[in-house]
Amino acid sequence: MLSAAVLTTLSACGAAPDQKSAGTSADGKAKVQPGAAASVADLGGMEALVAAAEKEGQLNVIALPPDWANYGEIVKAFQAKYPKIKINSENPDAASADEIAAVKSRKGQKRAPDVLDLGIAFARSGAAENLFAPYKVTAWDKIPAAQKDADGRWYNDYGGYVSIGCDAARIPNCPQTFADLLKPEYKGKVALNGNPTKSGSAFGGVYAAALANKGSFADIQPGIDFFGQLKKNGNFIPVESTPATVEKGETPISIDWDYLNAGYADQFKGKGVDWKVAVPTDGVYAQYYSQAINKEAPNPAAARLWMEFLYSAEGQNLWLKGYARPVLLPGMTQDGTADKDAVTKLPKVEGTPSFPASEELDKAKAALAQKWDKAVS
Amino acid sequence: MSATTTPHPKGTAGGNRRRRRGPRTWLAALPLLVFTGLCFGIPLGAIAFGAVTRTDPVTGAVQPTGEHLARSLQGPYLGSLIGSVQLSALTALVGGLLGVLIAQAVVTSRSTALRNATLTASGVLANFGGVPLAFAFIATVGISGVVTQLADLGSLGWSLYSFTGLTVVYLYFLIPLMVLVIAPALDGLRPQWREAAQNNGATAGQFWRHVGLPVLAPSLLGGFVLLFGTAFAAHATAAALVGGSVPLVTLKIADALSGNVLTGQENVALALGLDMILIAGLVMAVYLPLQRRSARWLR
Repeated sequence: MLSAAVLTTLSACGAAPDQKSAGTSADGKAKVQPGAAASVADLGGMEALVAAAEKEGQLNVIALPPDWANYGEIVKAFQAKYPKIKINSENPDAASADEIAAVKSRKGQKRAPDVLDLGIAFARSGAAENLFAPYKVTAWDKIPAAQKDADGRWYNDYGGYVSIGCDAARIPNCPQTFADLLKPEYKGKVALNGNPTKSGSAFGGVYAAALANKGSFADIQPGIDFFGQLKKNGNFIPVESTPATVEKGETPISIDWDYLNAGYADQFKGKGVDWKVAVPTDGVYAQYYSQAINKEAPNPAAARLWMEFLYSAEGQNLWLKGYARPVLLPGMTQDGTADKDAVTKLPKVEGTPSFPASEELDKAKAALAQKWDKAVS
Repeated sequence: MSATTTPHPKGTAGGNRRRRRGPRTWLAALPLLVFTGLCFGIPLGAIAFGAVTRTDPVTGAVQPTGEHLARSLQGPYLGSLIGSVQLSALTALVGGLLGVLIAQAVVTSRSTALRNATLTASGVLANFGGVPLAFAFIATVGISGVVTQLADLGSLGWSLYSFTGLTVVYLYFLIPLMVLVIAPALDGLRPQWREAAQNNGATAGQFWRHVGLPVLAPSLLGGFVLLFGTAFAAHATAAALVGGSVPLVTLKIADALSGNVLTGQENVALALGLDMILIAGLVMAVYLPLQRRSARWLR
């Protein structure tokens, strides 16, 4: 009954998603339009949010690859829970730059993406360009301060550590550290999963190598030098590793996020590939991706419902099932809501991750963009 | 660019080459001009505009700036331009040379079957590029490729994912392209000219030096320009094959436009695009006057 009342109020207020005018409902609970709601309380509670989202009936997502961090199952689970909301998944393999471009070029269109899964640099620059709607999910307080924007325009969702994947069927001794990678026995075998000036995970690989070689968050140069040395002694191969190159044996050692490497291990069981994952102890580097809501989302309520779903125990555990480390994992381990089987399957890591500050990250990227080509070509 | 077979107005005996340019001729060309203006002019304008302006992300104000063009000519961006020019020039030279030799062999051979087969195959192979081509090479001579494993190419120092490897892959579609482009021009070398030269006591070398090559020069140069342009603009093959390890300008543009790491590089990408257009324009500028000069022999 309540949801029906809210629903009528909402529809009476017109369709413009980002209209700021406060529509006071009959029961006085829903204070604002979904597009202006900064928390679920602003909408009058979860039920009202669900009702508003179902009224919209659509959710546009972009850049969610089904084989990445279990996104395939996450989308399915959301669909099963809210069958009245149709998920339109666009360009699953898009990069963060493509997502931002889609937001900018489709302002005011129905096809614009509602929610974004972004690399941290794009989350920060997008917030600076005022592209995102501030929204604090119910679990907001449990997200560590270092991993969220104070205004709620973006917050980290899931992440992982740089790891070394290795095909034990082809490599007798799997490398455990960055220092190991320099050994002559790995000649022509070590790959990154992309070009670090383009791929976030490859960038993480260089950053971790820098930390392993007396570099710091502000100084990525030792990491670039490390790969230059790997290239010089013939260990580094410029093939960008993908599940296909791993399966074919073209990239028997691949530096990549631990959740992807751990996922490969499952994927290739029984296919002649014995994929082992090690988080190198000498260069521990973790990075998280971030969620944001398009400020001009065509389906603002559905976007907010999606966020609530992702930051519920259910959503977080689904990421965990895909070997990614959800941002709420520490709290969930404490209160017992984390999926214990999934936690034990995660590659072992010692210590807690720390994160580079915005300026350090910018500096590292500038250095990388300048020096990477010379080091490896 | 492959205008070697385009009919040109014949010069009159006195060398007076004035064309009749009535208003009706212009009218007939109008659809083409409009099409060209829309499909090339608008994107070109957008690229040029983006390359020399900066849009403030917050206020949306547009200011002129030379910063993007300057950055596109420095450091790794300059390196990628040089890398692209080197690769394109080398592959166009080698591809052009081999293409001419193959085409000459086919044109002078008496077997029409061989001729038809070669030209048909060239037509197919010249259009075989992109990711499928890269994959074909990876599967045969990549790190775990069939031939690499059988012949142990790795120990011989072979690497597909290098400048040399990329050259070989590019030649795979550039040589057939040259064959296609140059065969009609070789056909145009009249046997009578050679006979006339022989009757006057010229050796084969003299014939080529004084008759054959001067007449063919524009077509050869045209072929080179076409090959250069094709290699210069190629992206998918290189992206699938070498990623970031061979600096190429098309790959740099892709990195700047669509990535997960570098933010705010879009205008530098546009500036790089403008640089590419300028380089292509320069190469064309060398070719066009020469092409016009002796194209009339080949009719």
